[in-house]
Amino acid sequence: MTSQEESMISSFSPSLWALARKRLARDAIGLLSLLVVVFFILMSLGSYFGFLAKNWDQEVAINYAPPTWLATNQESVSALQAPIPPRSQIDLYGQTDPLAPLLDELEAHNPQDINSPPDQQKVNHLVFGADKWGRSVILKTIKGSETSILVGLVAALVATAIGTVLGALSGYFGGWVDDFLNWFYNVFTAIPYLLLIFAIAAVLNQKGVSTIILILGLTGWTGVYRLIRAEYLKHRHREYVLAAKAMGASHYRRMFIHILPNTLHVILVQLSINVVGFIKSEVILSFLGFGVPVEVVSWGSMLNEAQNELVLGIWWQLVAAGVAMALLVTAFSVLTDALRDALDPKVVA
Amino acid sequence: MWSFFIRRLLQMIPTLLGVILLVFFLFNWVGGDPAYILAGKLASAEDIANIRHQLGIDQPWYWQLWIFIQQIATGNFGDSWATHESVAHIFKTRLTPSLVLLIPMMIIETVTAVCLALLVAVFRRSMIDQSLMVVSTIMMSISLLVYIIVGQYLFASLLGWFPVKGWSDSLWRDLTYYAPLPIFLGLLVSIAPSLRLYRTFILDEINQDYVRTARAKGLSESRVLFKHVLKNAAIPILTNLLMGLPGLLTGAFLLERFFAIPGIGREIILAVERSDFPIIKAATVYVAIATMLANLLADLLYRYLDPRVNLK
Repeated sequence: MTSQEESMISSFSPSLWALARKRLARDAIGLLSLLVVVFFILMSLGSYFGFLAKNWDQEVAINYAPPTWLATNQESVSALQAPIPPRSQIDLYGQTDPLAPLLDELEAHNPQDINSPPDQQKVNHLVFGADKWGRSVILKTIKGSETSILVGLVAALVATAIGTVLGALSGYFGGWVDDFLNWFYNVFTAIPYLLLIFAIAAVLNQKGVSTIILILGLTGWTGVYRLIRAEYLKHRHREYVLAAKAMGASHYRRMFIHILPNTLHVILVQLSINVVGFIKSEVILSFLGFGVPVEVVSWGSMLNEAQNELVLGIWWQLVAAGVAMALLVTAFSVLTDALRDALDPKVVA
Repeated sequence: MWSFFIRRLLQMIPTLLGVILLVFFLFNWVGGDPAYILAGKLASAEDIANIRHQLGIDQPWYWQLWIFIQQIATGNFGDSWATHESVAHIFKTRLTPSLVLLIPMMIIETVTAVCLALLVAVFRRSMIDQSLMVVSTIMMSISLLVYIIVGQYLFASLLGWFPVKGWSDSLWRDLTYYAPLPIFLGLLVSIAPSLRLYRTFILDEINQDYVRTARAKGLSESRVLFKHVLKNAAIPILTNLLMGLPGLLTGAFLLERFFAIPGIGREIILAVERSDFPIIKAATVYVAIATMLANLLADLLYRYLDPRVNLK
């Protein structure tokens, strides 16, 4: 079909996507949430490619520096109050240092190590406070969003892809393929979701962003599978598919070129549901220490630190991570609802 | 009815076999050699061979699978690798604290969510409905972690209304002293999704013809709601509840961990931290069995409550 023909047809019968766009454009709250989601995704991409929060791990402030509006003392302080005494002046109470000859040799080779590091001025307040090491909480939240959002997005893509392919095979072919995949589905859904995640985390026993994507992707496909299978069961005997078959289209072509576009609305909604669920799961896994490794910052690891800080009255890290996450998840959930309404032809616009 | 019941029980066998195979595959192939975990950092080759022999890992895989199936059938998963307490004993003693926490939570959650759902269904598309939906969306978006961290700090550490954490041997004291704060915090997270779900169930019913007929007969609105609508909406609600029952077995992982409640959820987290495979294996298999039974029960209940449902 040429583009001219396409435009002719759509001129009197708008496509599902055109209608959906129209419905979404009328939904102010949906648009707002879309903006928020896009903002967060751009932020995490910016951080991923090094445009944003590049220097997040620099210890620019004193530890637990309060937010600016709470600071009482606006003066910068010197990180080192007293110079480091030379090693020879340290009182060893009559003992001899067994490593002394080695250290002498090392110091002779690297004379710069003897001198105290350059005196860094550390500020004692930051826009939204600092963490235990004096790193800016705002930059840390941006960096954390990178991990949490990328894990959520990539894992959701993996899970949705697995669910779509399996669901398509199951619904399209039916018969023993369907029986087998259904059995597989039953097995995965018999084990509660979090328990399955914990079991896989226990056996993999290695932390890492790719591990957590793998865990979430391999466990999260079941919801997509069920819905896509139902869609394919509905579509496979429709006339347009039979027509494609009569024209000699292969199974692959019928499944993925003809039927798949008609199920895209289901896939899209499921994808966004999965992203929300996976961001939440990542935060919990990282919090428990089964998720990202120590050197990677995510909202979950920030909450983990914040838990102990709160007792000291240090609330800014908790608020930053909690609010960022709540904002994104709320926006994503509202967007999911808006997408569903916009894509559902049964809804009276 | 009976033929349906028996057929469903038989259908569970392949699923159960699948779960067993999945768990076996995970822990025996993906998980690596447990002898290295057990033997510690400074193990000799003999130690490792010894442990491998004790665990049966030096046997062919079908023999290991057979051992695993025997373990499941007899409920004897051996001892925990970390504490050498028997796995059966661990689950027996950890079940009560989990139930003390989760049964009240489930009851309160259901009653509150159903009442609120009726309320918003009556006032649908009004300010109350809209604002309650907005509030529940926001409540759902805040991580349980944040609720627990803030709640524990605010109500226990700062205000001192509740104990920060702990558990006792007395059921009454647990229920009245230690459990209320975790239950309350759990409810903050769990009511919102139930409310949204039950609202759709009730809205499905409220637009039916029989409701219009009931109103046309001149019945009072409360009679229509509680006698007609709620009775019919109760079917999916009860099904949903039954499906949630196995969740009681795994407990509330985070709540138990934060409040030092010696329940099953906390035990599982500890087991994951310590690579204590027997506990995770046992938990996974038994919870899967419980889930399948709960689904079967839900189907039977569905059939009992709604005679129109035709079970094949």
